[in-house]
Amino acid sequence: MADDPSKKDATTPPSGGGGGTPPKADETPAAPPAKAAEPAKPAEAVKPAAPAAAAGAPPAPKPAPPPKEAPPKPAPLDNELVQRLKARFGAAIIEPTIDRKQAIVLVAAAQWLEISKYCRDEEKFDYLADITAVDWPKREKRFDLVANLYSFAKNERLRLKAHLGENETVSTVVNIWPTANWLEREIFDMFGIRFDGHPDLRRMLLPEEWVGHPLRKDYDILKQDEAWVKENLGIESGQ
Amino acid sequence: MDETRTKSGTQVETTVLGADEIILNMGPQHPSTHGVLRVKLKLDGERVAGSECIIGYLHRGVEKIAEHRSYQQFAPYVDRMDYVAAVSNGLGYCEAVEKLLGAEAPPRARVVRTILTELQRIASHLVWLGTHALDIGALTPLFYCFREREEILKIYEKYCGARLTTHAFRIGGLQYETYDGFEAEVERFCNDFSQRIDEYETLLTENRIWLGRTKGVGVLSAADAIALGVSGPVLRASGVKWDIRKAAPYAAYDQYKFEIPTGPNGDTYDRYMVRMEEMRQSRLICLQAIENIPSGPIMARIGKVLKPPPGEVYHAIEAPKGELGYYIVSDGTTQPYRVRVRPPSFVNLQAFDQMARGSLVADVVAIIGTIDIVLGEVDR
Repeated sequence: MADDPSKKDATTPPSGGGGGTPPKADETPAAPPAKAAEPAKPAEAVKPAAPAAAAGAPPAPKPAPPPKEAPPKPAPLDNELVQRLKARFGAAIIEPTIDRKQAIVLVAAAQWLEISKYCRDEEKFDYLADITAVDWPKREKRFDLVANLYSFAKNERLRLKAHLGENETVSTVVNIWPTANWLEREIFDMFGIRFDGHPDLRRMLLPEEWVGHPLRKDYDILKQDEAWVKENLGIESGQ
Repeated sequence: MDETRTKSGTQVETTVLGADEIILNMGPQHPSTHGVLRVKLKLDGERVAGSECIIGYLHRGVEKIAEHRSYQQFAPYVDRMDYVAAVSNGLGYCEAVEKLLGAEAPPRARVVRTILTELQRIASHLVWLGTHALDIGALTPLFYCFREREEILKIYEKYCGARLTTHAFRIGGLQYETYDGFEAEVERFCNDFSQRIDEYETLLTENRIWLGRTKGVGVLSAADAIALGVSGPVLRASGVKWDIRKAAPYAAYDQYKFEIPTGPNGDTYDRYMVRMEEMRQSRLICLQAIENIPSGPIMARIGKVLKPPPGEVYHAIEAPKGELGYYIVSDGTTQPYRVRVRPPSFVNLQAFDQMARGSLVADVVAIIGTIDIVLGEVDR
């Protein structure tokens, strides 16, 4: 119970900008409290499935982790880059933090395209190393969209993040970094996030007719598209 | 050919074909695709007018599996992605988790890791060279390359018992001490290898057929390479002098001297030359490293149950094929909340269309070979 308010607090910072990063937010409550309360609990929902799934595999040593002390909050980041970003985009720069010496800037999803373009053109982050997503189903806006940028000129990395709701779309960055084409397709495949303006938004790794998005936390590890498997492989189930 | 399901294909518009255009399906069962890669080519006579890579045949859901294993349990899985460079995969993962934990491997472990990883780079490039030359029609280098690779695999086998999917490193350091005579064997290999690599070059570098099949084939400009996110030897052959071992040194790379080879034209021949030079440089790194392996512990004190504090980290290493990145999110439990692998093969393969467009259909085989993909990593 004591965790609930804390969780609520934690979910707000994205908009308010007070507490920890969103990941923190979820994990604190996820640890000990009742799983019954929330079916979509990320960490908890997943654990029971694992041993059952890997029948042969040794069960993970998984006692409910008691939160001893408050987890270290990532320090807020305030350098010249952040100041320039804030001067340019104002409230769209929601929360800059530093975690393990790596710069993370949480931005508003609505400005994703403009901020990306600015980062490439003005701040010389000309290399998009990776773009991916993380699912936090209990959060109000469940997805983190995460772009890892690199600047050859400055030899520096920067991580841009945005929160997206279940059916929220975000603008594609294919026109800024063409490498995003396949990477965004993979996100669409695995998480079901849609990118506005993407030239070719199809599944990347799974068959096109597949139903479901496997890297969502509510997609069980044993789950699969039974109908597809039966129709195309002619077997009842892979498991 | 009913292609209605393929909506809005930007790359191959199969529904609208010119009078002389045909669709040629290459793979997934094709010896030169190095695994289960399917390429749909739109051909205008002998020229490639467009292409589309269809991947995923080897998709095993590695990132999903990671969320259901403890940090240590997941380590062997990463070896199965780029299975011709398993040691490099392991290094990236172990270092990423160490960063997440705020721990660091002891100096001795870092040096041994560097040696084994550089040997792996040589082994991976040897597989590339042998198969790439074979694809183009030079049969001999394959046998020589695999002969030398065998020596490296024997070192691995003696070190940890496995040859390919080695699981050589552990989070926090190493599981095993080096065996007696390890330095001598690495040194002997490195000394022999110098002449061996000259042998390969004798076979290929000035060979007229080789030049004809590689010069000016699959050209990728530096600007295109950066825009397409290409990394590793493919990027360097396009003239971008960027190597993560220098830009953000990890393991023990900051202690050794080595050069970053680059190419002037970004064609298949330059990529060949860059990788040949990289093997020489890796050899030099190994020789420097075995001269002075520090003594001391090989494992950091990190405890048996790993619970990294909540947070996230992105750690990239220069794998033989390019930037191999791990983005790991911890929720404070023993299992990672999310592991994202940034695979160099997957991203580099995206440049295939750019490189193949306008070339002859026979060169497609050379271009697939020169990107150096491993489908286990492309599909994960």
